[in-house]
Amino acid sequence: MTRTAQWAYAWLMLLPAMALLALFTHYPAAATAWHSFNSTPKGARSAVFVGLDNYRQLVDDPVFWQALSNNFWFALYTIPASIALSLLMATWVNGKVAGRGFLRLAYFTPTILPMIAVANIWMFFYTPEYGLLEQVLGAFGAPSHNWLGSKSTALPAIMVVTVWKEAGFFMIFYLAALQSMSPNLAEAAAIEGASRWHFFRRVTLPLLMPTTLFVLVNAVINAFRMVDHIVVMTRGGPDNATALLLYYIYEIGFRFWDSAYAAALTMVLLAILGLLALAQFGFLERRVHYR
Amino acid sequence: MSAIVAENLSKHWTTADGEVRAVDRLSFSFDQGTLNVLLGPSGCGKSTTLRLIAGLELADGGRVSIAGRDVTDLPPSQRNISMVFQSYALFPHLSVGENIVFGLKVRKVTPADVGRRLARVADLLGLSQLLDRKPSQLSGGQQQRVALGRAIISEAPVCLMDEPLSNLDAQLRQDMRAEIRNLQRELGITMVYVTHDQIEAMSMADTIVLLNRGGIEQNAAPVDLYENPANTFVARFIGTPPMNLLPLVAGAGGAVIAGTDGPVLLPAGCAGGMLGVRPEHIAIAQDRGVPATVQGVEYLGADSLVSCRIGSAAIAVRVAGNSGLAAGAGTRLAWAPGAQHVFDRAGRRVAADGVHQTATLYA
Repeated sequence: MTRTAQWAYAWLMLLPAMALLALFTHYPAAATAWHSFNSTPKGARSAVFVGLDNYRQLVDDPVFWQALSNNFWFALYTIPASIALSLLMATWVNGKVAGRGFLRLAYFTPTILPMIAVANIWMFFYTPEYGLLEQVLGAFGAPSHNWLGSKSTALPAIMVVTVWKEAGFFMIFYLAALQSMSPNLAEAAAIEGASRWHFFRRVTLPLLMPTTLFVLVNAVINAFRMVDHIVVMTRGGPDNATALLLYYIYEIGFRFWDSAYAAALTMVLLAILGLLALAQFGFLERRVHYR
Repeated sequence: MSAIVAENLSKHWTTADGEVRAVDRLSFSFDQGTLNVLLGPSGCGKSTTLRLIAGLELADGGRVSIAGRDVTDLPPSQRNISMVFQSYALFPHLSVGENIVFGLKVRKVTPADVGRRLARVADLLGLSQLLDRKPSQLSGGQQQRVALGRAIISEAPVCLMDEPLSNLDAQLRQDMRAEIRNLQRELGITMVYVTHDQIEAMSMADTIVLLNRGGIEQNAAPVDLYENPANTFVARFIGTPPMNLLPLVAGAGGAVIAGTDGPVLLPAGCAGGMLGVRPEHIAIAQDRGVPATVQGVEYLGADSLVSCRIGSAAIAVRVAGNSGLAAGAGTRLAWAPGAQHVFDRAGRRVAADGVHQTATLYA
């Protein structure tokens, strides 16, 4: 085989994967960036270059700011809560508990269930008058409340679902990390007289930092990718109280068909995620790895 | 005063196959300032015994006392002990110095005191240059020293060691044996040392407790274990190669080695038991002793191991240098009467009195 033929052969082998990657990842990303600097084509009127017009619109769009702040609070509450809860659950099922295989499965169930099914189950919990939450609270004489229908409780209600779902998933990573820790460490600490809390704070937590970083990066990405539960449970309402960034992009792009503005929003979301990932790896990486 | 006393100490595990007696009514006592080895094959209960002393396992029966205080129901931290683990159990995210002073920090020792004690221990173990390193940056031997440092800085009167040298290479193991022994003497610590390596046990111990299936086979000084094994298990376990054990049967005029017509070695009462002779106590002779056939020779340099056969029994002989024997050759084996050990049908040692007279004939 000649040298040229060898090259051709290699490129041919690479072609299917490259084509798929280019077609479904690179081209859409580049196209989105380009679209965000153009107007939305409508009917006979094709797209024209508008420069930063879409981004100017974005700055003046109150719903965008609302979605951004919703997303900020959503991330701020759900990420620490789900990480703390997953760590707690992992520590618990790592110990000697009766039926811990069943417990581990139970915690992981939210991850296995389809998101739409999960959302429907929770909608039943939150249903006014006859939902599970209402019935339980009603038994204690609490007044009826429309959890998903009122501005003040809709977003927190969604947050609870998210924490419930994410914690089970993250628990698996923590559990794996805990299982790889030698029980001798805890025994050595016990002989030195360290309390369980002291050991947890001074040894377990630092040793779990690589896992925490991994989980944190995933949690941040998931918080900004959240859309399915919103679509099923609230559709961003009431009055944009549960509109998160991705859901807002979906609405602009596929309900109002303003693809150029949606592209601009996408670029902003991308920038936010990129910055966060950089910050996490750049800043935390140095403090996490002890080896 | 006894530093550590165990009375009828027991630990059972429940498994799918039923109950396993890991430690079965053990009683022993260790004197202050001595190095005591718990020795035995895998699964004999030696590590479990150590963990019972440490309080990492709770006893199902019996008592443990340390320095005259009953600690059976106390947690490990209140037993005033330190421990070195087989895996070293160093905290990988802490520096060498932080690892060593971990316990002092927990016990709220003043910073000045911590610094002083750390400097002394680091100096003692040659770790002064390594205090800022992380455990992963150390060699196995250095990690071992850090684990030792963490144990001795607590200044606990009792130190427990669970196979501390098993992860080191042969040369380092030999050096560390001597070092641990010196350290133990220098600091006057009472040490309980678990190992499956009889050379480690023989070379370091003041007393050895030889365990098998959760029970004590013999509790004695190394020299006693070697010279007066209490039973055939001890005889087989101590010594490389182990003691030869030759089955005895009744012959004309007394007990003979199975498969031979004589000579008569012991009184008839010994038939059914075993005759034990160490390979190093047997000499190749021309004109006296028991006829044997050479089956093979292993040349080891300083000495050779000659495998022979007497009747139906195999017997190993250690001779100095090159034996000059070839497989298939006939020879005679002789040993001093004092080198004979006699065991009864149950494998227990028979008192030497009244046994040796006949043996003199062949010495």
